Amino acid sequence: MDEKTLDEIISRYDSPSGRLLGILSDIQNEERYIPRESLEMLSGKLNVHLSQLYSLVTFYSFFSLEPVGDHRITVCMGTACHVKGAGEILRNLEELLGFPVGITEEKREPVTTDDNAFTLEIARCFGACSIAPVLRVDNNLYGYAKPEALPTILKEYGWRRDED
Amino acid sequence: MKTELPVGIINRENSGLKKLKPDIPRITVGLATCGAAVGGTAIYERLRESIQKRNPDLSLVPTGCIGYCREEPIVTVAHPGKPLVLLNRVSVKDCDDILNAVLSGTVPHDKALCRIEEWDHLMGHNITYGRGFDEIPLYDEIPFFGQQKKVILRDAGIINPEDIDEFLAVGGYSAAYNALRNMEPDTVLEEVEKSGLRGRGGAGFPAGLKWRITKEKKSDKKYIICNADEGDPGAYMNRNEMESDPHMLIEGMILGAYAIGTDEGLIYIRAEYPLAIRRLKHAIAEARELGILGENIFGTDFSFDIQIATGAGAFVCGESTALVASIEGRTGRPHPRPPRLTDSGLWGKPTDLNNVETWCNVPVIIKNGSEWYRNIGAEKNSGTKVFSLVGDVEKVGLVEVPLGTTLKRIVFDIGNGGADGKAVKAVQTGGPSGGCIPLRLFDTTVDFESLNAIGSIMGSGGIVVMDEDTNMVDIARYFISFATGESCGKCIPCREGLKHTLILLNRILAGKGTAEDLDTLKSLSETIAATSLCGLGQTAPNPVLTTLEYFRGEYDSLVKL
Repeated sequence: MDEKTLDEIISRYDSPSGRLLGILSDIQNEERYIPRESLEMLSGKLNVHLSQLYSLVTFYSFFSLEPVGDHRITVCMGTACHVKGAGEILRNLEELLGFPVGITEEKREPVTTDDNAFTLEIARCFGACSIAPVLRVDNNLYGYAKPEALPTILKEYGWRRDED
Repeated sequence: MKTELPVGIINRENSGLKKLKPDIPRITVGLATCGAAVGGTAIYERLRESIQKRNPDLSLVPTGCIGYCREEPIVTVAHPGKPLVLLNRVSVKDCDDILNAVLSGTVPHDKALCRIEEWDHLMGHNITYGRGFDEIPLYDEIPFFGQQKKVILRDAGIINPEDIDEFLAVGGYSAAYNALRNMEPDTVLEEVEKSGLRGRGGAGFPAGLKWRITKEKKSDKKYIICNADEGDPGAYMNRNEMESDPHMLIEGMILGAYAIGTDEGLIYIRAEYPLAIRRLKHAIAEARELGILGENIFGTDFSFDIQIATGAGAFVCGESTALVASIEGRTGRPHPRPPRLTDSGLWGKPTDLNNVETWCNVPVIIKNGSEWYRNIGAEKNSGTKVFSLVGDVEKVGLVEVPLGTTLKRIVFDIGNGGADGKAVKAVQTGGPSGGCIPLRLFDTTVDFESLNAIGSIMGSGGIVVMDEDTNMVDIARYFISFATGESCGKCIPCREGLKHTLILLNRILAGKGTAEDLDTLKSLSETIAATSLCGLGQTAPNPVLTTLEYFRGEYDSLVKL
């Protein structure tokens, strides 16, 4: 992120309340993750220790220090989704994308395919419980998700089955 | 001090009424998050394009959610002088039929769910749509709607949440206007105290008392905060309240700020709610433009403004001290109380923090009076509560009922029982802090004391229904897994205790547990509850304790006795 963009983001926040998380969210919205260089630059500009910024980006699950793939798939693991079969959705996605089954729940961190096309992660609750189970790809929500519908959804984002 | 409602606002109110009841047909599409996700957005776009081509003289507006999530996407049609008709389960391919019907002066009857002839927005404004279409059931004749009492959701799904004019037209901001011009701050506070309103975030602390404690603190600066973190999985009523009627929250906060005596408010909202954030920001900008937020509101000497702070995905930030740490730019770890926020909150100043729905109750209390409000609900539990009724229930949706309504009524009369004809086994209330309640206790009323008495809590109002296929030990494991992942790690009982609870549950589920493990599970849970620093740890064992108590047989069948 160049200095000008960062200055512009910082200028959106004139009140100290909510400022740091707001700036970090905006950086992530811009870059899709939080690059180390941006954190270093921010630390210098706001006179906040890099270690404090690091503690924030590692504490809050919304932030990612690793680059994410072209498409970000988030499976909601809220209670309603759990009751309605979110676990099966997650395992199917792991299988379709070529990850070891169970890795996302075990690691609790986003996993990215080798070709950088997809990042798979879990979220606590989207608050879209009425249409459970739910998954989100980039900014699109898919409700009433069924395992058999997943290949069709993935294809919208350029995924191809190996044998295709 | 001026005595007349500012001309600018009167004009906008009139213009809002013309938008709500135009002299041309008005079509709305429910575009809260879930309605949009199951097709609402595509329907809206399709209708917009077709209207432009065929007859630009039709009104098309987005609304929030009327709460009947199972029937989404919901479209409404109102011909001038005719009832407002709700169309359910609409899809893009229905759009032509809808327009054909509307252009020929009717509605597509095969899609019609019910009709609304008039609607009381409870702020002194009744909207009468008209009569006709008698063959379509009335709103109250639909069991899902007829047994509810909409106070908080009075505007949801009917007005355009992105248009302040429509909020003004249904009486919005009239309570704030009247209070700021004609009531002393103390009188506003006393009304809230007398109403008996209790915090809707879960603990049920008297809202007026919290306001008073903050008000009576001596300080050069005070804050009020709206907790819109809504982290409980299975609960989404706050999201809908903000997406469908954001000005209601703003009006509640203005009244609170006036009563308490502060000029700055914050809404801490979770990043997972992008649409709610967008609509709130838009509403705040609209209110500022009309002089309803900012300097000298309504021409009085009272000034107040609201900022938005977004969370970043940490469940513990719903805890008040952790939430404040988060707004201050620190990791969201709680601290022991005292000091309470009312003594030393945001930036060390006295701070009053209330949940979204608590704030949303205030305008209607001030408008109609505390006595009116106390007549709704139960003894020591006045008013209504919005619940999200989800999981294995047939009629999923947002349900608003007077406090003191039984679980049976909510799950069976409103929700129509289990989905796909399966038998209901239990409900889980209150998210990870709550408990699992078995069917035999469904005569329990939903109020703060009754739910506590059986080991659960109201929480922010999530009700997850579970049917006969649900494994209750797995449900306990699910919540412990959630709480383990969300523990901030600051105190040992929560950090280590939950981890070992999870190990035990996994072992039991794998069929490798022993009877002794069940005893350990119980004593460990009790220790965590008794010794954890904050509400997350103190309540995290509730799903284990309640399933052990009410579904012991399922544990026993998994272990070698």
